[in-house]
Amino acid sequence: MSAEAGQQHPLGIYYKIWILLFVLSSFSYAVDFFEVQGGMRWALVLLFMVLKAGFIVAIFMHVVWERMALVLTILGPPVVLLLLIGLMSVEGFYISGTRVQYMGQDPNQVALTPSDLHGGGHGEEEEHAEEEAH
Amino acid sequence: MSEAAISESNSTLVDDWSADKQAYHVPWGKAMMWIFLVSDTFIFTCFLTSYLHVRLTTTEPWPLQSEIFALSFGGDPIPLILIAIMTFILITSSGTMALAVNFGYRKDKVKTFWFMVATAAFGASFVGMQAFEWSKLILEEGVRPWGNPFGAPQFGSIFFMITGFHGLHVTAGVIYLLTVAFKVKKGHYDKKGYEIVEIAGLYWHFVDLVWVFIFAFFYLL
Repeated sequence: MSAEAGQQHPLGIYYKIWILLFVLSSFSYAVDFFEVQGGMRWALVLLFMVLKAGFIVAIFMHVVWERMALVLTILGPPVVLLLLIGLMSVEGFYISGTRVQYMGQDPNQVALTPSDLHGGGHGEEEEHAEEEAH
Repeated sequence: MSEAAISESNSTLVDDWSADKQAYHVPWGKAMMWIFLVSDTFIFTCFLTSYLHVRLTTTEPWPLQSEIFALSFGGDPIPLILIAIMTFILITSSGTMALAVNFGYRKDKVKTFWFMVATAAFGASFVGMQAFEWSKLILEEGVRPWGNPFGAPQFGSIFFMITGFHGLHVTAGVIYLLTVAFKVKKGHYDKKGYEIVEIAGLYWHFVDLVWVFIFAFFYLL
């Protein structure tokens, strides 16, 4: 296929990828909905994220059909970003550690949620919403 | 360096850059769009990396996204439901955009126009939901860029910066898509060819791509 002719492909592949993206997004949401936690949560969320991103770039953005010179220009430079992410996470863990160790901060505090702040029960929240509606 | 050497190096410089060479065998607009998207990748990655860094370094607890972005439709609040709907809307719009590109290359102006308009409409509804999400967070929950009632104050600054910048991209994309769509309808590209639809599509898919990462890192993890 010559590049000058443009990126024309059968419609079927777009429909398939489209459905696949829906399925993968549902899986991602299911991870949150069923409250999967810990390492499993990270593994699943990152897996579905990478798959989704890969299909969008490869098929919807046609990178899989482009010539190597363009593909490397697109995918090459962002690789250095992995270095930035790696360095910043090493640094981040270190700073967090020093704050706990030398400044006595408690790393195990629990965040508040909207229901803590609005008085707990869901019933009250609804009343609150009704009041605002009037 | 002697004057002759300088003049020689100048002429080789000119030769190299003015030689009849083409590295990318794609329309120039497409190559430029890709270069823009690569630079935009760097911007968004810097934002996400700064998020990674503040979230790691703060010893205050990070607010629970799943509860904060829950929405109630009369019954119990469903965790993260608005964000899930926004994600599905953006994927739907990516699909309609891919179809628009395909019909563009088939020179089917009517279908290209309508699929682009549909894509822009999905994009606009995404921005609308984001506006709703922002106003709920600002007015009802009291989240500010410098603090919030739940936990680490950085939550607000990161949230407004990342989703705000992404929302700006979506808004710009809606305008861009509508502009191209109406030009397609008027027949501006009958002679030039329909690469412009693909180029606009690249931008739109990129916006969807960024959301994939925001959805995973900011909302799910």
